[in-house]
Amino acid sequence: MGVPPMIDPAVVNLSRLQFALTALYHFQFVPLTLGLTFMLAAMETVYVITGKQIYKEMTQFWGKLFGINFAIGVATGLTMEFEFGTNWSMYSHFVGDVFGTPLAIEGLMAFFMESTFVGLMFFGWDRMSKEAHLAVTYIVALGSNLSALWILIANAFMQDPQGARFDPTTMRMQFQSFGSLIFSDKAQAEFVHASIAGYVCAAMFVMGISSYYLLTRRHREFALRSLRIAALFGIVSTLAVITLGDAAGREDYLVQPTKLAAMEGLWQTTKPPAEPWKLIAVPNDATESDLFDFSIGIPYVLTPLVTHTFNQPIPGVDELQMEAAARVENGIRAVVALEQYAKTKDPNALSEFQFYEEDMGYGFLAQRFAPGQDLTNITPADMPGIVIKTARASIPNVFVEFWSFRIMVAFGFAFLVIFAFGAYYSLRGTIERQRWVLCLAMWSIPLPVLVALYGWITAENGRQPWSVFGWLPTFEAASTHSLGYMIFSLAGFAVLYTLFIGAELYLMFKYARLGPGAAVPRPVPAAGPAILRPGYAAKSWE
Amino acid sequence: MEIYAILKLVWALLLGVLLVGLGTMVGMDMGVGTMLRFVGRNDAERRAALNIIGPHWDGNQVWFILGGGAIFAAFPTLYATSFSTFYVVMILLLFSMIMRPVAFEYRSKVDSSRWRDTWDWAFLVSGALPMVIYGAAFGNVLQGVGFHFAWDGQYYQDESFIWYLLNPFAILCGVLSLALSIQQAGAMLMIRGEEPIYGRARRFAVAAGFIAAVLFVIGGIWIRFIKGFSYSAPVDPAMAPTPLAGPAVVMRAGAWLDNFHSHPLLWIVPLLGLIGMLGSALSLRGRKPVLGWWLGAVAWIGTIGTAGAAMFPFLMPSTTTPDQSLTVWNASSSAYTLGWMLVFTVIFVPAVIAYTSWAFRVMGGKVRTETVAKSDHSY
Repeated sequence: MGVPPMIDPAVVNLSRLQFALTALYHFQFVPLTLGLTFMLAAMETVYVITGKQIYKEMTQFWGKLFGINFAIGVATGLTMEFEFGTNWSMYSHFVGDVFGTPLAIEGLMAFFMESTFVGLMFFGWDRMSKEAHLAVTYIVALGSNLSALWILIANAFMQDPQGARFDPTTMRMQFQSFGSLIFSDKAQAEFVHASIAGYVCAAMFVMGISSYYLLTRRHREFALRSLRIAALFGIVSTLAVITLGDAAGREDYLVQPTKLAAMEGLWQTTKPPAEPWKLIAVPNDATESDLFDFSIGIPYVLTPLVTHTFNQPIPGVDELQMEAAARVENGIRAVVALEQYAKTKDPNALSEFQFYEEDMGYGFLAQRFAPGQDLTNITPADMPGIVIKTARASIPNVFVEFWSFRIMVAFGFAFLVIFAFGAYYSLRGTIERQRWVLCLAMWSIPLPVLVALYGWITAENGRQPWSVFGWLPTFEAASTHSLGYMIFSLAGFAVLYTLFIGAELYLMFKYARLGPGAAVPRPVPAAGPAILRPGYAAKSWE
Repeated sequence: MEIYAILKLVWALLLGVLLVGLGTMVGMDMGVGTMLRFVGRNDAERRAALNIIGPHWDGNQVWFILGGGAIFAAFPTLYATSFSTFYVVMILLLFSMIMRPVAFEYRSKVDSSRWRDTWDWAFLVSGALPMVIYGAAFGNVLQGVGFHFAWDGQYYQDESFIWYLLNPFAILCGVLSLALSIQQAGAMLMIRGEEPIYGRARRFAVAAGFIAAVLFVIGGIWIRFIKGFSYSAPVDPAMAPTPLAGPAVVMRAGAWLDNFHSHPLLWIVPLLGLIGMLGSALSLRGRKPVLGWWLGAVAWIGTIGTAGAAMFPFLMPSTTTPDQSLTVWNASSSAYTLGWMLVFTVIFVPAVIAYTSWAFRVMGGKVRTETVAKSDHSY
């Protein structure tokens, strides 16, 4: 086959851009789905227990908004399932043996359930008993959250590849332990943090729209009740997200030190225990220092926050680069030996590879700095330069990481305050007089979603330069497309997704403004789309 | 036979089951989308048609998503290579597919005929195009695809994507797949629809069934002249899964009929397809839509089974480097992965079939235009 053509860096960057944009776009709708399903289930539970009609109206009205959000989440999720194959061929080949499994199980166990029952949730009101419908709603909530579990198990494998090992015969990671994959600490920490962040989004959504009704003095009874459920749900969820976020951060410290150093803007290894937690700084990736060496921080906070001790240092960018540098030359030997083994089946090459195997990822990472992207072209004179470039490339963009993380944390605490005010005044029964709380809640509707996106950026930017942490660099993982292919797909996604978001926002605003009255036509006994089945015939709203 | 070889074989069969599920269930919904403008002449009729599959399209669509996931998990090299080499086609498929969920949910939520008409066109595109592409993918794979691998397992494409869209055999397969989807959709519209939807759906579906049968026979004759692929020496089914090893592969016109010649019992599979298509068309003509629907499913089993039987063990042969063709033996996951996946499949596929059937039973009965108009939940 000769020397494989080089990957065009522009194609890799466009592939990354496309994946990031389609994933972020998809992730705008997912958190609301995760949280709203459980809130719908909670409202419907109250309906079934108390028999009060208003809770049924609440379930149906919020269900309608849920539907508008859900459709676009499903649509854009299709892209994600196929995009690994269409744009990340080397990635899919390299980890498909492991990574495909949680994706397939997600479809089989969770998404099938969620999608089949969501139809019954919308259409089945008059087709089954109250209790059966409640069960259906719970199954949808369970399905959507199980879905998130499997997706985050898959994602956690990219962050901290557990349960697999590289096999030089098949040139890929081979699945070794299902238990290690699904019970990886990373997966657990990510799942609870991300799914509960979805509950925060849903709580703010319901509280904000309810506040809008109270501000415009419509649907009072409905809005008061919805607001109370949402505020309480919001407090519990936000507290949980913050606590679990701390756990997730500690996981980063243990398994992704480069991500943690970037999150905290640590150019140098810390000096415990006085090391300050930086509140504000402008990290400059080019000089590997803060702009003007200026930062404002709180001393004695960082060490216990991250390490849960008072004496353990946290490795900074300087130390992590040294560690990476020490692995580059061995990594290059590993990849060169691997190529030789692949082509000649020479057992000496295999044993050479196995000797350096642990550093293989750093060999791949060095590949793009080698002359002609071919490691065998490297001369001893090139080596020091390549080692330095590779070591520097092993650190994610600190500025992006530092600020995404801070935005996420700051807003997280702000939401807690908003929910607390909402719950306090709601329980005292004076919320209608606190117009500023209502205004704040209304304008905060999109914020948790935005913050969830920053969470995604923190997680995935922090994983760079790896697509599989420590094993496969993002640069090597992309499909070998032409630039034209990428422009075609990116342009198409841009057009379609822009139209979609326009339609989505239009309908969301329209139906939120119409309010629950319009969603439940009183005078007409609303039946399912088809004839009523005997036994469940003609259940009226009254 | 070694356990690993058996696992690969089982997963090749399960891949077939998935593709049949996809054709039958997603195809049915796609067919409704394609025919929407024609079986419904006014808004009320179109809404009735949409609400026939309204409670189910989302669940059905998971066959498509699971198709992607299962190929990823069970045949990762096939997933990586096929989706990337067919990039432009796959992206077109995605563009059209992602319009559909939005179209369902948004179409009837605005009282404007322009708004609804636009979404009805979206239904047409997002119904017909994916089915044509689905069939054309089989057509392309049957003729082989130009790609090769580097030593590290990265694929490289050796030909232009234009060919995938424009070659006559692929178009024939694409139209066949579209016809089958219309047949399946017609059956469902008859089961749950009333006049005039019932009558219009019947006309389309009956015609589609006969057209499908004709195309299927033409394709069967055509395949005799297409260069098929075969191993030049016995292959070890339990081999380590890599396309960079294994015996040489030869291309020869008519090689896709070798399996039928050496195992004449296999002729039952294409026969089943033909019986399904014609039987379904005749049942629908005789106003027996439930029987027609099931025979339509048999048609899918026969069609996909025929392609599988012809190609086995090949999954995606390479015309430019035949030795690196992807097969059931060299493109699969490890035994460990296939084993775990099988455990989940054995538990969850019956569960999926059970609750899907329950959902269809709960939502059974005729869909009336008046009820749709009154209901707040309908599409």
